[in-house]
Amino acid sequence: MNTIKEIQEEIVDEFSMFDDWMQRYEYMIELGKSLPLIEEQYKTDDYKIKGCQSQVWVHADFQDGQVVFTADSDAIITKGIIALLVRSFSHQKPEDIIAADTQFIDEIGLKEHLSPTRANGLVSMIKQLKMYAIAYQAKANN
Amino acid sequence: MTNFPIDKIRLDFPILQRKVNGKPLVYLDNAATSQTPKQVIDCIVEYYSLYNANIHRGVHTLSQEATDAYEAAREKIRVHFNAKHREEIIFTSGTTEGINLVAHGFSKRLKKGDEVIVSALEHHSNIVPWQMMCEETGAKLRVLPMLPNGELDMNAYADLVNANTKLVFVNHISNALGTINPIKQIIEKAKKVGAAVLIDGAQAAPHIKADVQDLDVDFYVVSAHKMCGPTGVGVLFGKKTWLEKLHPYQGGGEMIDQVSFEQTTYAGLPHKFEAGTPNICGGIAFGAAIDYMNTIGFEAIAQYEHDLLVKATQALLEIDGLKIYGTAKEKTSVISFNIEGIHPYDIGTIVDKLGIAVRTGHHCAQPIMDYYKIPGTVRASFAFYNTFEEVEALVQAVKKAKEMLS
Repeated sequence: MNTIKEIQEEIVDEFSMFDDWMQRYEYMIELGKSLPLIEEQYKTDDYKIKGCQSQVWVHADFQDGQVVFTADSDAIITKGIIALLVRSFSHQKPEDIIAADTQFIDEIGLKEHLSPTRANGLVSMIKQLKMYAIAYQAKANN
Repeated sequence: MTNFPIDKIRLDFPILQRKVNGKPLVYLDNAATSQTPKQVIDCIVEYYSLYNANIHRGVHTLSQEATDAYEAAREKIRVHFNAKHREEIIFTSGTTEGINLVAHGFSKRLKKGDEVIVSALEHHSNIVPWQMMCEETGAKLRVLPMLPNGELDMNAYADLVNANTKLVFVNHISNALGTINPIKQIIEKAKKVGAAVLIDGAQAAPHIKADVQDLDVDFYVVSAHKMCGPTGVGVLFGKKTWLEKLHPYQGGGEMIDQVSFEQTTYAGLPHKFEAGTPNICGGIAFGAAIDYMNTIGFEAIAQYEHDLLVKATQALLEIDGLKIYGTAKEKTSVISFNIEGIHPYDIGTIVDKLGIAVRTGHHCAQPIMDYYKIPGTVRASFAFYNTFEEVEALVQAVKKAKEMLS
């Protein structure tokens, strides 16, 4: 399994092929469609991330010392963004997720989504994924 | 409409020259806030450059000049809304504060068994203060329902009004749908049972010149920033008889007559409701904004905006799967829409990349979204400085977004 850093570099590489925003967004929309979808039973308020204009649900499992994420959103661009996060964080150890940065979002030209006041709640999503990692780490240590 | 001086008007707004994401800005979020003409910007610069001072107290020249300008703005606003007395014009920080001020006053007057009526088309700012007031007093909040086309159900209104009705609060124009509500009829009916009426005029002020005496309305609230003025300032019109009865909203300087530790007596109107140093520059600039809009003329503005609305409605409806929410017979230049199977947030994001500013979401009117069972809409709202070319740019951008997102 590649490290988070390696996966993020791979994503940056993929996005560097595109000349303009339209191609980047089209690719992100494609990625959204390939997101490992959350099971219907988890699409409830308990799994919903607050602070998004669209609805976003995230679920995490702990398998063999790794956190496995699934997610969904009713907005396709939001889904694309969360697909990038799930791709880089899923099947990773909790401590690596907690320590990871998300600079790659800026590098692939989606900086505008990183503002904490932006209505898509990317910052809330990152926080939620890390919260799951912290929770599983605490559980593992017990 | 051929003789509307649109080219000249656009030159008054420096912001319309800027680019967004490499594209010329197309600003269609006017229902959230309007842009500011240089006449108003100049007024602000002039105030801070020449006569910035605290008002109503100083004996020095600057203070006198600032006081005169501030009070002249109050007078302009009085004339604009045709209020009878200058003390009926209370400066506020905006519509929200105006509503809270009145709700606070009524929370000292209502009791259990009293009823108040709110329309289903309200902005959260014309719902929440009244809910708080009802919690405090035990008065009952009753809802005037809406119809599928975004109009209010006036038959239901007739049934709702009764001898226990003490207050009715409705917006003049819905911010989410653009419906122009029949406020004259609403006021008349309320008067018959002696209920007071507050009209939230925030969305109407940039389009319609309200005449508070002709309407016979008790309270009418507006914000400057929706009508070419700065943010952080607005006005509450209140009938003198009501304002004299209502308890002050905030205590502080300027709102007093005599203060001792035993007792304070309040100042007369309008100062009783204007505690502390006000937004002096904002008030003066509000006056300049009203002058600016009156120079263009509200009839000409309404006609031009109506033409923009008709053109945009027709062109957008040609897009397959596009649905417009709010199709009232009387509506202003607001189009709230969705495209089947696409989230409004996605459309907003793509059209922003194309330089077009629209609003997406619930527009602070969740009850309306719940009524239609949708998470939100895309809202394009036009002002008199928008052009037919911009309408076309919106339509093309929405088409592009649909193509990318389908």
